[in-house]
Amino acid sequence: MQLFRIRGGVHPDDRKDLTAGRAIESLPMPRLLHIPLQQHIGAIANPLVQRRQQVAKGERIAHGQGAVSAPIHAPTSGRIAGLGLYPANHPSGLSVRTITLQPDGEDRWHESIAGVPDPFALAPAEVAQRVADAGVVGMGGATFPAAVKLSLAKRYRLTTLVINGSECEPYLTCDDQLMREEADAILDGMRIMAHALGVTRVIIGIEGNKPEAIAAMRQAIARLDQARFDGIEPEQPKPDQHGSGRTGSDWAEPNPKVAGRASLMQLEVATLPMRYPMGSEKHLVQTLTGRETPARGLTADIGVVVHNPGTAFAVHEALRFGRPLVSRVVTVTGGAVRSPRNLRVPIGTKVEDLVEYCGRFREEPQRLVAGGPMMGQPLQELRVPVMKGTNGILALTAAEVGSQTPAACIRCGSCVDACPCGLVPLTMAAQVRVGNLDAAASAGLMDCIGCGSCAYVCPAHLPLVQFFAHAKGELAARGRAKQKQSATKRLAEQRSARLEAQKRAKREAMARRKREAAAKQRAEEQAASQAEPARAAPVAEVD
Amino acid sequence: MPHTALFASPHAHAPVSIARSMRLVMLALLPATLLGLWQFGWPALLLFLGTLIAALLFEAIALVLAGKPVRSGLLDGSALLTGWLLALTLPPWAPWWIGVLGAFIAIIIGKQVFGGLGQNLFNPAMVARVALLVSFPLEMTQWVAPQPLFSAQTPGLFEAVGISLAGLAPHWDAMTGASILGELSMEVQRGGDLTAIGTGAFTNVEAMIGTIPGSLGETSALLLLLGGLFLIRKGVIGWVIPTAVLLGVLVPASLLHLLDATRFIAPQVHLMAGATLLTAFFIATDPVTSPVSRAGQVVFGAGIGLLIYLIRTFGAYPEGAAFAVLLMNAATPMIDHYLKPRIFGRDRRGQPLPVPEDALPGDAAGKQAGGSSR
Repeated sequence: MQLFRIRGGVHPDDRKDLTAGRAIESLPMPRLLHIPLQQHIGAIANPLVQRRQQVAKGERIAHGQGAVSAPIHAPTSGRIAGLGLYPANHPSGLSVRTITLQPDGEDRWHESIAGVPDPFALAPAEVAQRVADAGVVGMGGATFPAAVKLSLAKRYRLTTLVINGSECEPYLTCDDQLMREEADAILDGMRIMAHALGVTRVIIGIEGNKPEAIAAMRQAIARLDQARFDGIEPEQPKPDQHGSGRTGSDWAEPNPKVAGRASLMQLEVATLPMRYPMGSEKHLVQTLTGRETPARGLTADIGVVVHNPGTAFAVHEALRFGRPLVSRVVTVTGGAVRSPRNLRVPIGTKVEDLVEYCGRFREEPQRLVAGGPMMGQPLQELRVPVMKGTNGILALTAAEVGSQTPAACIRCGSCVDACPCGLVPLTMAAQVRVGNLDAAASAGLMDCIGCGSCAYVCPAHLPLVQFFAHAKGELAARGRAKQKQSATKRLAEQRSARLEAQKRAKREAMARRKREAAAKQRAEEQAASQAEPARAAPVAEVD
Repeated sequence: MPHTALFASPHAHAPVSIARSMRLVMLALLPATLLGLWQFGWPALLLFLGTLIAALLFEAIALVLAGKPVRSGLLDGSALLTGWLLALTLPPWAPWWIGVLGAFIAIIIGKQVFGGLGQNLFNPAMVARVALLVSFPLEMTQWVAPQPLFSAQTPGLFEAVGISLAGLAPHWDAMTGASILGELSMEVQRGGDLTAIGTGAFTNVEAMIGTIPGSLGETSALLLLLGGLFLIRKGVIGWVIPTAVLLGVLVPASLLHLLDATRFIAPQVHLMAGATLLTAFFIATDPVTSPVSRAGQVVFGAGIGLLIYLIRTFGAYPEGAAFAVLLMNAATPMIDHYLKPRIFGRDRRGQPLPVPEDALPGDAAGKQAGGSSR
């Protein structure tokens, strides 16, 4: 298919060879799981369990609150060991509300876990509801609740679902490996999502450095076409005990109804050029469709919704088997890791357990990162848990990080060439540096996606992303302060108006009373003066 | 755990640094420089070294005065490169104080008073060259014919020191003259016919290799071109500015030469003589003083090329590239202000692109009106 060029971008050394082609291994169940209640964008989940309560795998242990949130489920069966504060998988390293689960080793699914025989027979809203109930969030790292994005058809005229298999971050291979091993399941999840969105066109974009994943997805589509041609729908594999290993190559039981509907769908695999940040949602859509998402808008504005292959897999699991999102694939890699691997990990597993399984470090890492090297967040310590959005754990050597003391900007313009958003990072950085945040904002700071391309190519090694993240945070804080201030001002004004009104009312009441009193007095005086002659008269009479 | 400090992403970096860029530029200049040193002999070598040492010295003094780290400031190579570029644009047998004074002007006045690396508005080497050319027109326009080292006529080290200290003694005068461009320019002013004098003083092949009179490092078109291409290949400089400069010279030169070959110098002479190639690949591409956007670089480069041609053809300085560079340097902030890239999802004026009609559902009118709630 025809692809379109995007602006800027960089070509980092992808280092995917460390783990590419390494089959996904299931991590042995750790001794304890620490499941944070905030693993998604939106409102924090509310715990439903109590200490010492027994839970089964897949049982809901916290429910989402509000429109944008996600419930959380027990990653395995066991006993709730506690509800409390535990260090977050976050650069701050601060503690957040966390449920601690002690696995009982049985890994027993909850009895209510059951799939739908035909997800395509469900109404789109019901598919979205099931996805929401399964706690599925964007698995690419953004962790935006998937169901919210599956409900966009209500407000937008959608045409296309794009599956973002670009995995443009160096080092990471979790999506690559998942596509190689679970192509049929991902394809199924994609089709379910397309059904929920009411779109007939689905494009899977995969960067050219993953030929095996591209081939696997093409083969899965070919198998589906063959099944359609034969008038049957590939049978879904029976759920196995451990939940993730499936074959999906044998079929039976023709289901012409489903096959007929599926045949309306147009499925394509696009080989994307290798360029970071190809996986940026809006840039990916531009590459595939040639259309540019308006600033401050969503890709849905141009009729496209983007999901990650891991999300498609989770949707497949949720709909076909009723399994909520309780585990994910994590790439544990980096030059400092003794044996880098792709692992299927229960949510809440400590990073330390992953590192342990990979033979710990061959040398002391200079930096620990959650996510990819371009946009990942530094980790303060190893005991923090894996969350729904944790796609990679990197232990990087000093040589890999390549950090140097920042020098002066020489205005070389490398950052301008690299910026995929058409910004002038050097100017914005200079403005942020002198504290002129409003100027930076009007130069386009809020259009920055934080991809780090500018900082990656900067010969002066300036921490440009740091400048911009600081400025965005500061502007947001100022916005909140301003809002608070205006709210306070409004309340104060209302209060003084109220007090004024009270005072006025009091004054008026006083005046009224005075008037009334005066009137009364007058009336009395008058009455008295009228009575006087009357009284006088008898006196006179007495006289 | 040593991981106590917060690090911003990215946690990887392209193998680039300012020092690396400077080193590669010097490497690219090396062939042309060596040829210059070889064919202009000991006096050129003394001038070259003197200029470089002076540049480093002035940089160090300025860094000390400014309270900045001296070691890292010197090691980034920027002062060395400024001195190097300045030396290449000087007449090869200029006296020592020309180089030292030039280094002072370049480093102190051209760069450090603005605030040091990255802050200067004008290209330091060109500031120095122009200041010297205007102040010392005699010393700055004495061009010797090539006298390769170890050849019979060439001055020895001892004589070279004499030349460097005292200036050219009369008996060396035989070997000096105007540069090619100066000669041709005089010929035009005399009303002569350029086609008649032909290229007697100048063959294309010699100019390409560089065995012609001229500034220390500007003579070899071929070596400078190769050095420039090397830098583009290494990603140290872009291709836009050099291309724009060369086209800026070649297009008007070709047109006017076609119009009247007797009065206008041939385009290939413009290309190979004087500072054209050095300017295109090594001076105009100075990151600090050139625009940052692609469109801005086109305007900047074309402006330099055009000005070089205009100054050479109609101005009083046949070697006018430095003026062209300074004029466009002055325009750089304005170019950067007006020629910015278009922001993703916005039009040229910075307004968000309109939401396409077909992407909105049927009852879109209401949604769009109240769409700000999103």
